[in-house]
Amino acid sequence: MYPAKFTYHAPWSVEEAITLMNENEDSKLIAGGHSLLPTMKMRLATPAHLIDMKNLRSLLSYIHDKGDHIAIGSLTTYHQIESSSLVKQAAAILAQTVSEVGDMQVRNMGTLGGSIAHADPAGDPPAAILASNATMVIQSSGGERTVAASDFFQGFFETAVGAGEILKEIRVPKFSGGSSYQKFKHPASGYAVAGVAVCLTKNGGNIGGVSVSVTGVSDGAYRANGVEAALTGQAFSEALAASAAAHAIDGIDALEDPFADAAYRGQLAKTLAKRAIIAAWNNA
Amino acid sequence: MGEKFFGKPIKRKEDPRFITGAGNYVDDITLQRQSYVAMVRSPHAHATIKSINVDKAKAHPGVIDVILGQEMLDAGIGSIPVGWLLDGLKTPPHYAITVDKARHQGEIVAAVIAEDSYTAEDAADLVEVVYDVHSAVANPAKALEGGAPQVHSDAPGNVTFNWQIGDKAATDAAFASAAKTVKLDLRNNRLIPNAIEPRASLADYNRGTQEYTLYTTSQNPHVHRLIIAAFVMGIPENKLRVISPDVGGGFGSKIFQYPEEIIVLYASKKHKRPVKWNAKRSESFLTDSHGRDHVTTAELAVDANANITGLRVKTAANMGAYLTLFAPAVPTYLYGTLLAGTYRTPNIHCEVTGVFTHTTPVDAYRGAGRPEATYLLERIVSYMAQELKMDPAEFRKKNFIGPDQFPYQTPVALAYDSGNYVPALEKALAMANYTKLRADQAEGRKNGRYIGIGFSTYLEACGLAPSAVVGSLGAQAGQWESSLVRVAPTGKVEVFTGSHSHGQGHETAFAQIVADRLGVTMEDVEIVHGDTAKMPYGWGTYGSRSGPVGTSAIVKAVEKVVNKGQKIAAHLLEAREEDLEFLEGKYQVKGSPDKAVSFGDIALQAHLAHNYPADLEPGLEASAFYDPANFVYPFGTHIAVVEVFPDTGKVEILRYIAVDDCGPQINPLIVQGQVHGGIAQGAAQALFENALYDDNAQLLSSSFMEYALPRADSLPSFEIDHTITPSPHNPLGVKGIGEAGCIASTAAVANAVNDALEPFGIRHLDMPLSPPRIWKAIQDAVPAQAAD
Ligand SMILES: Cc1cc2nc3c(=O)[nH]c(=O)nc-3n(C[C@H](O)[C@H](O)[C@H](O)COP(=O)(O)OP(=O)(O)OC[C@H]3O[C@@H](n4cnc5c(N)ncnc54)[C@H](O)[C@@H]3O)c2cc1C
Repeated sequence: MYPAKFTYHAPWSVEEAITLMNENEDSKLIAGGHSLLPTMKMRLATPAHLIDMKNLRSLLSYIHDKGDHIAIGSLTTYHQIESSSLVKQAAAILAQTVSEVGDMQVRNMGTLGGSIAHADPAGDPPAAILASNATMVIQSSGGERTVAASDFFQGFFETAVGAGEILKEIRVPKFSGGSSYQKFKHPASGYAVAGVAVCLTKNGGNIGGVSVSVTGVSDGAYRANGVEAALTGQAFSEALAASAAAHAIDGIDALEDPFADAAYRGQLAKTLAKRAIIAAWNNA
Repeated sequence: MGEKFFGKPIKRKEDPRFITGAGNYVDDITLQRQSYVAMVRSPHAHATIKSINVDKAKAHPGVIDVILGQEMLDAGIGSIPVGWLLDGLKTPPHYAITVDKARHQGEIVAAVIAEDSYTAEDAADLVEVVYDVHSAVANPAKALEGGAPQVHSDAPGNVTFNWQIGDKAATDAAFASAAKTVKLDLRNNRLIPNAIEPRASLADYNRGTQEYTLYTTSQNPHVHRLIIAAFVMGIPENKLRVISPDVGGGFGSKIFQYPEEIIVLYASKKHKRPVKWNAKRSESFLTDSHGRDHVTTAELAVDANANITGLRVKTAANMGAYLTLFAPAVPTYLYGTLLAGTYRTPNIHCEVTGVFTHTTPVDAYRGAGRPEATYLLERIVSYMAQELKMDPAEFRKKNFIGPDQFPYQTPVALAYDSGNYVPALEKALAMANYTKLRADQAEGRKNGRYIGIGFSTYLEACGLAPSAVVGSLGAQAGQWESSLVRVAPTGKVEVFTGSHSHGQGHETAFAQIVADRLGVTMEDVEIVHGDTAKMPYGWGTYGSRSGPVGTSAIVKAVEKVVNKGQKIAAHLLEAREEDLEFLEGKYQVKGSPDKAVSFGDIALQAHLAHNYPADLEPGLEASAFYDPANFVYPFGTHIAVVEVFPDTGKVEILRYIAVDDCGPQINPLIVQGQVHGGIAQGAAQALFENALYDDNAQLLSSSFMEYALPRADSLPSFEIDHTITPSPHNPLGVKGIGEAGCIASTAAVANAVNDALEPFGIRHLDMPLSPPRIWKAIQDAVPAQAAD
């Protein structure tokens, strides 16, 4: 496993990193390296310049309580997130979802920013980002902009982060309802063959607001609007959960790979959606 | 002799070194002026090489050379030979670097030598190969069809051999008169070995002495030396030293001689520099010899009293693109001969066609032939029991060879010397609480829970022997083992063994035996292996042979040392030899323990020879060569309890019970480790491990992203026990345990899953029993029950 030659940079500021990106067209940022390095070792990615963000950790690795939301620096690791009592309390869906990523070694290195900037269709964190209605803060030489989760994921390894831009922060609204992430792991990679995140609030015996997102099934994570519509305002029952979950892949061409064909993936999405709705209800 | 260490669960001496990163593996060795090689490999499974342009690669800074197949052929480097010959076997040449065509994805087309490994890799990308790509075939049944792409022009129809065993006429007659017969089509899925240490080789040619030293990941350094020196390189055997230092697992895949080993040797001589190759994991997937891959039709016949009367088997065995060292033996003598299992089946006939395909060569992989036979037999026995509406344990018990029937001659060549199958089964049933388990299963089914219980009352034959018999079956090798026991003046002991440890824990287990027999501590005993310059000739470690064969050679050599010591002691004590006994490290006059001399004093006198018997040679060492009288036949009962979740098709192993009989256990901790690892490996074949090729013979499961290995969280805590039936013919009575877990567990898990699926009307599903396959079968079987 020998990556091709590259020039290594380790800037000390976000601005310097952006300048390096703009000066070197064939460059890549590296955060935890747990998606990028495997592809470089296979020579599937051969960036001429590698811009290491390790020196930006003091700037971009944090979890801050901002009143109505939690601000998470893009270089914050999964492990920091899953062990944060603030996140566990006020953004439980994110804490649970990142705890389902890989193993402890991976969670000690991988970053939330890296995961969602990478937008692997089988990645777990995008499901939580969508279901929690998070907002992403992106910086370029022109300044900062914010992008809502619903606009952020744009298909197969595509996001709103453009050339010369850095994902700086993820803002997760505080949420006190019930939530659950249900994942079916690929037996080899451990990535999601399908994963469903549900956040909902109770209104007596009825479901109040609800968000449902699906990962692993399509070319990117998506909100399952059909499921949400079937649940919103309805009296909860397991039968309702099942009938609503049946909409999990409405309008979606499910992915196929040697492990799972489209029919099976679709079945998983529906089964996991049902389980996630029931679990979210039970802990709401 | 006391038994201070034998039978004790002593922690392995070697483990601190391995788990603190202090091991010495091939890639840890760096020599002066070492260079590196990167291989240019065919991306196609079947392609004619039209041209190769090496100009750019050669011009790349830091590149030393680019070597092609024709150059090595012109230099007289031969084909890598097959070490087991069958009648009519087709053995097309297998060159280290192909000369004309690529016959599997990953076959070497050129080798780039450079100053460092990165440069070598960069330059390998610059070698321009023009291929004429042909259609390819990966499935052995398809390769036998008319019009299938041909792998070798001198193996028409892709057939490398046709082999059979047993009495066909008698078996056909048994089927004709049977009360009931069943038939199963089975696919034994292909597996990729995945030793934790990738293969690595470092060659160092000394132009002064004209000696080659090859550091390589081998399970059998002497076999490497013999094959490579005499048959491939054409150099005197005494000019090649093979060193296999710490080796991180093999599972069989490191028995064979690989192209990369030949290439580093050739390049080292050519450039008078050490040359190293270390496999990338992606190369391991593509080029370590794979395992299993059978397409089989099996039939079983019973009489009106549910006695098994016949077994008929037809197998197409995928051999891959070339035959490697032991490949022809695996689906024949290691497979067909095992089909009696633990049962009194009077008539067996087995036909095997060895098939070339455009895939990685297939050879011995943990169990080698015996897991394939056991899966088939144990699966069809359970299937028949279900068909007869008999309890699978009862059906087995009824058909077991009785304890009074040994020695037992099977209809497929093997003669079992010992065995006692009911106690192991009874013990396992008791551990499982079988009656309650079946009741829980029935109760669960009422509530939509699908529990399955699967049996494997396996037998395995290991420690291939004796050499004369193995030779008559086609082996171009002996199957005895050697040892040299050398005592230093201080009484410290070095034991040189022809066995090779690459995970088995020989440094501990062998030392336990020697320490007991010499009355010294385990720290006083050093086990030395893995260097042809140090050890006597040895055949290495595979086929669970080091326990029964390797230790027997050690015991014999230790006896010689003890006997010689007795002569010296008699002289020193002025007593008659026959009046002495050797007890806990002391020679003493029988009945008067105060007249004694310690083993240490004897060792010293043997070297000083100052006060010494006149007619005795000085020194204290002895070697022994042990050729066993027979195989050994471990057996046991494994029970798997699984739950299948119909909405996802996922299988969870709830419990796993194993009762194994490997005779007396030298070190129960090591035995348990072997059983645990074996069960994990075998269960993984049943549930998810699968080497998958597409229609162009491209390996789809070519990394750990697609190829699933078992993990701790996919397995329950195993419940393990044993019975002890010693082998009657070796000094310790021990039988092998290295492969048993893997041989037994695949069938137990597959039977359990199929049992769980019974309520859906599903009678048989092939492996791997993956969630999508199970879910789909449930959909097809009972559309009305489709999980919502
Ligand atoms: C063994 C293993 C198992 C894994 N299992 C799972 C799993 O089960 N589920 C799962 O979801 N993932 C899994 N992963 C992937 C893991 O989550 C990665 O860590 C994650 O996808 C990427 O995060 P990273 O910090 O490592 O990013 P890197 O690999 O460093 O970068 C990934 C990409 O994002 C870009 N990037 C990184 N940070 C930024 C930023 N701040 N702004 C803009 N672009 C940026 C990089 O340029 C690169 O293109 C696994 C990885 C491994 C090695």
